[in-house]
Amino acid sequence: MHGRPRKPLKQEDTSALSAKTQNLRSLQSLFLTNHHNRIYTKEALDLNAKLVENNPEWHTAWNYRKLAVQHFLSTPDSNPDYVKSILDEELRVVESALRKNFKSYGAWHHRKWVLSKGHSSIDNELRLLDAFQKADPRNFHAWNYRRFVTALMKRSDEDELKYTEEVIGDNFSNYSAWHNRSILLSNLLKRKAEGYFPEEDVLKEEYELVHNAIFTDPDDQSGWFYHLWLIDQTVKIDAPLLVSSWPSHGSSLTLQGNKCLHGSGLSVLNCTLSDTGKFPIILYFSQAVEGINSSTVTVKSEVLTGDLVWKPLSKINSNTAQVWVTYLNIGDMEPQLSETYSLEISLGHSKGIVSSSGYHYGHPTQIAFKLGIHAAYEEPAKGQGEKMTSWNDNDFQRIEHYQESESIFSTDQLTSENDQNQTTSIWCAEAIVKEIIEFRELLSESDCKLGKLTLARLLSALDSLPSIYAKKMLHAGEVIELYDDLIKLDPIHSLYYKDKRSLTLLHQITSTRETLLPYCHYYKDATESIAGHVCLRLQNLSLSRIGCFENLLWVQTLDLSHNELGSIEGLEAMQLLSCLNLSHNKFGSFTALAPLRLLTSLKVLNISCNKIGSHSIDTRRYLCSSPLTHTEKFAWDRFETLVGSFNATKFWEAFLIFDSLNLTELDIKGNEVADENFRLFLVKVLPTLKWLDGGELS
Amino acid sequence: MGELAIDKHVRYIVSIEKRKDDFESVVMEHLRMNGAYWGLTALDLMGKLDAVDVDEVVSWVLSCQHESGGFGGNIGHDPHILYTLSAVQVLALFDKLDVIDVDKVTNYIVSLQNEDGSFSGDIWGEIDTRFSYIAICCLSILHQLDQINVEKAVKYILSCKNMDGGFGCTPGGESHAGQIFCCVGALAITGSLDLVDKDLLGWWLCERQVKSGGLNGRPEKLPDVCYSWWVLSSLIMIDRVHWISKEKLIRFILDCQDMENGGISDRPDDAVDVFHTYFGVAGSLPPFFCPPPLCVIDLMFIRYCAKNFSSRVSVVGFGTSPFLKNCDYPYQGMAVTTNFTHSTYSRRETKIS
Repeated sequence: MHGRPRKPLKQEDTSALSAKTQNLRSLQSLFLTNHHNRIYTKEALDLNAKLVENNPEWHTAWNYRKLAVQHFLSTPDSNPDYVKSILDEELRVVESALRKNFKSYGAWHHRKWVLSKGHSSIDNELRLLDAFQKADPRNFHAWNYRRFVTALMKRSDEDELKYTEEVIGDNFSNYSAWHNRSILLSNLLKRKAEGYFPEEDVLKEEYELVHNAIFTDPDDQSGWFYHLWLIDQTVKIDAPLLVSSWPSHGSSLTLQGNKCLHGSGLSVLNCTLSDTGKFPIILYFSQAVEGINSSTVTVKSEVLTGDLVWKPLSKINSNTAQVWVTYLNIGDMEPQLSETYSLEISLGHSKGIVSSSGYHYGHPTQIAFKLGIHAAYEEPAKGQGEKMTSWNDNDFQRIEHYQESESIFSTDQLTSENDQNQTTSIWCAEAIVKEIIEFRELLSESDCKLGKLTLARLLSALDSLPSIYAKKMLHAGEVIELYDDLIKLDPIHSLYYKDKRSLTLLHQITSTRETLLPYCHYYKDATESIAGHVCLRLQNLSLSRIGCFENLLWVQTLDLSHNELGSIEGLEAMQLLSCLNLSHNKFGSFTALAPLRLLTSLKVLNISCNKIGSHSIDTRRYLCSSPLTHTEKFAWDRFETLVGSFNATKFWEAFLIFDSLNLTELDIKGNEVADENFRLFLVKVLPTLKWLDGGELS
Repeated sequence: MGELAIDKHVRYIVSIEKRKDDFESVVMEHLRMNGAYWGLTALDLMGKLDAVDVDEVVSWVLSCQHESGGFGGNIGHDPHILYTLSAVQVLALFDKLDVIDVDKVTNYIVSLQNEDGSFSGDIWGEIDTRFSYIAICCLSILHQLDQINVEKAVKYILSCKNMDGGFGCTPGGESHAGQIFCCVGALAITGSLDLVDKDLLGWWLCERQVKSGGLNGRPEKLPDVCYSWWVLSSLIMIDRVHWISKEKLIRFILDCQDMENGGISDRPDDAVDVFHTYFGVAGSLPPFFCPPPLCVIDLMFIRYCAKNFSSRVSVVGFGTSPFLKNCDYPYQGMAVTTNFTHSTYSRRETKIS
């Protein structure tokens, strides 16, 4: 029982309750008889009224009343007074039921239904609500009903906004009122209502209002969520933007026809063609968009024949995604040897690219790059003395400096171009700086967790503003310290702070060429199959989460070993990735690896020493496309043939991941799941596999 | 303290059977179908599902079905989508879906979808995202999801998204852990979890855990064993469950046990009931995190595998439900139907002895 103390009933209570029970039982059965026989006499209705007061959650009892009302209103002699008396009686019954149980869905809905029959007494509704809302200011039924009634009365959003201010004034800990305020204010801002434009003036006042609440009791959560929403309103850009692309604007790429790059020198812009001779072009947006196709994105080049097909990079069959990819088929292009071609991609010149919230991509953008092809593309010879990929420290050498004018990052150039409205951004930077000052002050007085978290968020928001307003990731060190503090201060949520800390660290590392350099390595042995690739080594950084993929689209070899990762959400954006080391992390299931399914170039995968198979229940199952989500046809026939005598339920998740990959090397040892039986299964699912757990397959 | 007193809890649940004329039981007559699902799932969790007289349950469920295809909460009660899902889930639990006319049930649910993609609970037009979840879950169990406009249904759910990343009953409604469970569950089944702002919602959800280790349903409310479960399963679905402390939550649940007479309450030292006993057991038994909303589909899939590959499959830690009605109430419905399932259970016991 909610909130009822644990104590035995007294004797007199028991007998009273027993009488009550019998009474209710007889009411119930009499009512059902009336209902089934469509008896709508006064006695029958009175009986029902008693019942709904006792038991307002019973749908059938309210349905009966609706039928009775319909019955009365359909009689030919119904005059307005008669109708009014019928409806008023219903409102009275609802009111007394609500006095008994304020949280009854059925009673509130019946009231709405009655009002929809002709709302003669609607003015009374707000009075009634005021009384109820005073008694329980957080009741969400009452708040829902309030929104319904005010819409029906056409009461203005401005008036309702004032009401929330009154309620907050009475008690700033009323989260329901803050919530309603966010809804009303969004509406007013969206339609640029009088007095609610420009947005910055409105937001300035809102900051003041919420500061009053937060600074009065920093430990009360109610205002904090609203404050976070205000920060988001301040920095957000509604229209989708192109954040980065691969290749990036102004880059020159050298494509190598065969797998080795002898004598070509080291360059992150060198790119080895995948076995299929396909070359990806990736567009990374600020939010999920739809409508990327050959008419919204034009690609001009002398080598191109026919339209390109754009694909959303989404784990599910959706036509919306933050990252889109297309593949140039070099084979189709019939390029000349040692020739340089130029490609030009333009988007935003016509409408059609739309975010999921309905905003259009309207900023014309151009990405031009050069593509040099050094040798004719050949089918790579199979199994020619290849070595297994090694991830040993001594096989790598740090890169001392970048070559020439390599611009692996397109972010700088794109974001400054995206700065359409400078005045907005100046205001936005000022607002964030002002908030930072406020919260530093708060923290100088009290060591409050929400204050620290907000300061960390504000500093991150400032750092991510266009570079003309703030130096990139200037505050990352301070943000990381704040998260370290929070881990100690609020141990219950320590893993939340750890995830945030990881993302900040990655932002810091990947934000500029200089900060990234210490993590870029190349193979010492030039005869290795992945020699010439730059290997980005982000191992041993205590990362519990990864991100910043927009800065990493160029990476072909990635070492994330010896971290604390349990998920690789978003990794699918790295379409060039061919070698990936995830060993010594905390992956608990195959479904946690679902993004790998979209990495068509992936050849080498190390997931050794994780926790796959240690838990009998895989809670991530619902996150990936599977037969369970009905979003995908499961290849039953193939699965059945493959598993044959194996224990099917144990392997279907592994099948989902590996069936779509063409791995040549896989290391999975050191996981609970990896027994001999499973290895046999893997060899069947992955016919391209040459190395398994460090041993060459015959 | 420090252990889950399983024997005591089982005894407590069984003892309720002897009190079927309790006031609470009678008040909750109308929820009997929901309660059947809770009760049977609880039995399944304790490994006692096979002790139930399947035929008796199935024929009772069928006697609650109406001409429209929908099910009522009890014999003679009006049909509603709330009870239709429970009926389908109970039948699925026993692998008895072949006793119903799938098209008829499907048509009933399809008829409740509105132009804007939302769902009504019954012909009287109450709209709520709980009903969206129920419709989607139910059709998914029946493999008839393609019969509704899923795109519109998803769009409607998204129109109920709030500033905190959570979801309300209708557009503008306040976020609430039970409602979030429904909306996130519906998005999970339709493969639309990409549309959830997982970090924002995840933070709001993990902040439901208060110092005592328990979780509340909304900011600045008291923690509660049952809300703990709604939050927990929502966090699981968006892959952020590590953001709360599992150890602290288990401690909170254990502190809510009545160590004398068995049973678990909403908060320490409150009166126990079966609903919270069920959630408490589900939340603290290993595997600690029961898989959320698709469990029945999950179970059916595993059964499919079992049938096709004739391998013995054991289903561990299985238990969930739609968010029934007002969260203050379904626990009483649970009590009613645990009576129901246990009476059949004990009759069987008597026969054997």
